[in-house]
Amino acid sequence: MIDVIIIGGGVVGCGVARELSRYNLNIALLEKTDDISNGQSKANTAIIHGGYDAKPGTLKAKFNVLGNKMYDRICAELDVPHKRNTSLVVSFGSDGHEALEKLKQQGIENGVPGLSIIGQDELRRREPNIGSTAYEALLVETGGIVCPYEMTQAYAENAAMNGVNFYREAEVTAIEKTQDGWKVISKAGTFTAKAVVNCAGLYSDVINNMVSEDKISIVPRRGEYYIVDKKYANEFHASIFQLPTKMGKGILVSPTVDGTVLLGPTAEDIDDKMDTRTTTEGLAKVLKYASLTWEHIPMRSFITTYSGLRAHCNRDDFVLGEVPDAPMFFNAVGVESPGLTSAPAIAEYLAGMIADKLSAKKNENFDPIRKGIPKFREMNDEQRARAISINPDYAKIVCRCETVTEAEIREAIRRPVGARSVDGIKRRTRAGMGRCQAGFCTPRTVEILCEELHISPLEVTKFGGNSKYIESYLFEKGDNENA
Amino acid sequence: MRNVDILIIGGGPAGLAAAISAYEAGSRNILILEREENLGGILKQCIHNGFGLHTFKEELTGPEYAQRYIDKVLEYGIPAQCDTMVIDITPDKVVTAVSRGAGLEHFKAKSIILAMGCRERPRGSLGTPGWRCSGIFTAGTAQKFTNLKGMMPGKRVVILGSGDIGLIMARRMTFMGAKVLACVELMPFSAGLKRNIVQCLDDYDIPLLLSHTVVDIAGRERLEGVTVAEVDPKTLKPIEGTEQYYECDTLLLSVGLIPENELTTMAGVKISPATNGAEVNENLETSVEGIFSCGNVLHVHDLVDYVSEESAKAGVNAHKYVQGQLPKEENTLEVVSGFGVSGAVPQHISQELDEPITIMFRPRGVFKDAQVCIDVGDVQVAAKKSRILTPGEMVTLKFSPEYLRKNTNADKITVRVEAQQS
Repeated sequence: MIDVIIIGGGVVGCGVARELSRYNLNIALLEKTDDISNGQSKANTAIIHGGYDAKPGTLKAKFNVLGNKMYDRICAELDVPHKRNTSLVVSFGSDGHEALEKLKQQGIENGVPGLSIIGQDELRRREPNIGSTAYEALLVETGGIVCPYEMTQAYAENAAMNGVNFYREAEVTAIEKTQDGWKVISKAGTFTAKAVVNCAGLYSDVINNMVSEDKISIVPRRGEYYIVDKKYANEFHASIFQLPTKMGKGILVSPTVDGTVLLGPTAEDIDDKMDTRTTTEGLAKVLKYASLTWEHIPMRSFITTYSGLRAHCNRDDFVLGEVPDAPMFFNAVGVESPGLTSAPAIAEYLAGMIADKLSAKKNENFDPIRKGIPKFREMNDEQRARAISINPDYAKIVCRCETVTEAEIREAIRRPVGARSVDGIKRRTRAGMGRCQAGFCTPRTVEILCEELHISPLEVTKFGGNSKYIESYLFEKGDNENA
Repeated sequence: MRNVDILIIGGGPAGLAAAISAYEAGSRNILILEREENLGGILKQCIHNGFGLHTFKEELTGPEYAQRYIDKVLEYGIPAQCDTMVIDITPDKVVTAVSRGAGLEHFKAKSIILAMGCRERPRGSLGTPGWRCSGIFTAGTAQKFTNLKGMMPGKRVVILGSGDIGLIMARRMTFMGAKVLACVELMPFSAGLKRNIVQCLDDYDIPLLLSHTVVDIAGRERLEGVTVAEVDPKTLKPIEGTEQYYECDTLLLSVGLIPENELTTMAGVKISPATNGAEVNENLETSVEGIFSCGNVLHVHDLVDYVSEESAKAGVNAHKYVQGQLPKEENTLEVVSGFGVSGAVPQHISQELDEPITIMFRPRGVFKDAQVCIDVGDVQVAAKKSRILTPGEMVTLKFSPEYLRKNTNADKITVRVEAQQS
């Protein structure tokens, strides 16, 4: 029997797995898709929120502020790129002062340090390229940015290092109460466990509703985004929010830790939890609002567009903790924005609660340190020469735009909870995320996946399922090998 | 640190031609650095014919065309280091490269020739809405899969954009048993060569839908279909009610090529926003003395023959530079792209010009019964008639030193089209 089953391999599930691996417990994580970090955690705004936005007294407010404070330590332990670049909530027009003041007071009430309202001069000193109608702003000193998928992978790798078992393509289809715990039926087999943690993101309502009479409903709220070329990395420094007005919540313009600029998101409630399409209207809306902040958006410098779904819960707050009518079943439901910021605090909170209930002992061998894949693009010449002398694959640059080497790609596959698809490699190394969007590197990446996983190119996918690249060989197999 | 007289970055058609001409001019300390395992660049995957008509007066395939230059390089014994990626160039011409064989190396070059070629514009840059499924390839990536890897990306194909690689791939995919449903072009004219439209689309009854674009992409995992709509030729916005759905498993993109100038920028070279390549003078020398640029990294050409021709000049000039025989340019006139002209190269011409040079550009639209004019200052010095000009076909103009003498007070040179836009 397993001690704890975690359902969902997003930042919360992987975070809970890592925090639970501090204890002597037998833990399994079940992920529905072919990879971790494949839902909300891969497509969001990548912001470490200050915590001024959530209503005082809510779990969102509490865990946002707690999580924000944990980021520096967690990112140091797990070697995750992040930056305290500050956030600004900008009022475009002179009538926003009261609203900014209200946000500031709300933040203070939530326990957010380092909030102040800055005027025109200070705003333009900090952000010389901000739009001409920007009037004043709330400065959030604790605001930051982080790479959300590396955060999730780092949690997962560290959890796996410390003994957590990961099962992918393991969609949970039913959960039954047993005498001493739970039976979880999944596409990767049936498991029994003393405790279950529901970190299923957009599907956390479905999982909750399998065990509890207290039904919850999650509405997918879609947000669409643009990514702008690294050329504009220094255009803005802070993550720039727009003060919400009658016209809408506003669109963010923010640098990313990778040096691109992110514009978005929209907010649109939809029915389909898989519908991560971008739309003509949504993308147009992003540009319309973002152009308040960035008046001359370089229209020919977009690298890509994407959309992500927030798991918006009908209770309008996170639902965390043991389910009253389902003992030893724990929820992390409705974890939408500021979910990424809150994740470290949620993980610690739930893991502590579960370990306590199971009277678990500390894992004396727990190692909190995870090192990222050494990135060629961040090395100096001396480090590069040394890396190549140890592993000549470091001299083979596969992704030209992001300078990702074959060594990094192979390691991304070989690591615990490693990449199985081209997108998996992309999120772990940035190969294919640059300005040519995988035009040059795809054929080679496909080959490396085949070599490492001993599969045929016909089986290689972009992100699992039927997302294949190759339809057939042009010649009979024997001829092909000679070709 | 290795010392090299002429360091050539890129072993494709541009780099090869530059190396050969530099050698023939007398240079002996030349080195080609090529990132792939073999020389030849993109020509390796261009297995169709039609190359070399201009240079060799015969029709060659891409690999055959490249081989003629590779053979010369071997015959001359010009060293070419493959599997070597240049990762940095400084303005004082120190080049850093990495390779499996030699690790990290520094080169100190007297002269550098940039010949890195170009890359394809991806879907992301278009902002085409819809699913982000597999089955969407740039035409060149699909070409690499089919021609170099022996793998077929799909069986029912729509092509967005009518650049030459897309047109070539329409035919190639048809040959290999795929059904190509349509080639969809946003503009009211194709960006490809006329001969490719005839030989790759018309001959196989593949419709070319001008003033159309893809407005939606369907398919949660693999591509299932695309929605195509007509666009208003003036605003380029889709016209509601004209949408048509094409069931397909593959979308090939041929929506433009971008010179690959990351290294150029590192070297401190000034980039032209019109060509996305370096700004050069008539010697193909960039804003950094001793650094030259040629081929598709300078500006995207229509025919490889012109790449070779241009690059050969860069090779000779790099040789002259190393020998101290290339005059320092002080008094130059800016070449301005006037009406109907996009990205004229070179961007600067010396007032002391002593032999004829070539100016190249792409027309900004389709013009019939046109006249291409060169003005020195406000004096028209040359005019060349042309039955038809299209953006797919490059225009080359001869520019003689005597033009400059017709107006010695000029402050610029203008290239422009005189015609009715059709």
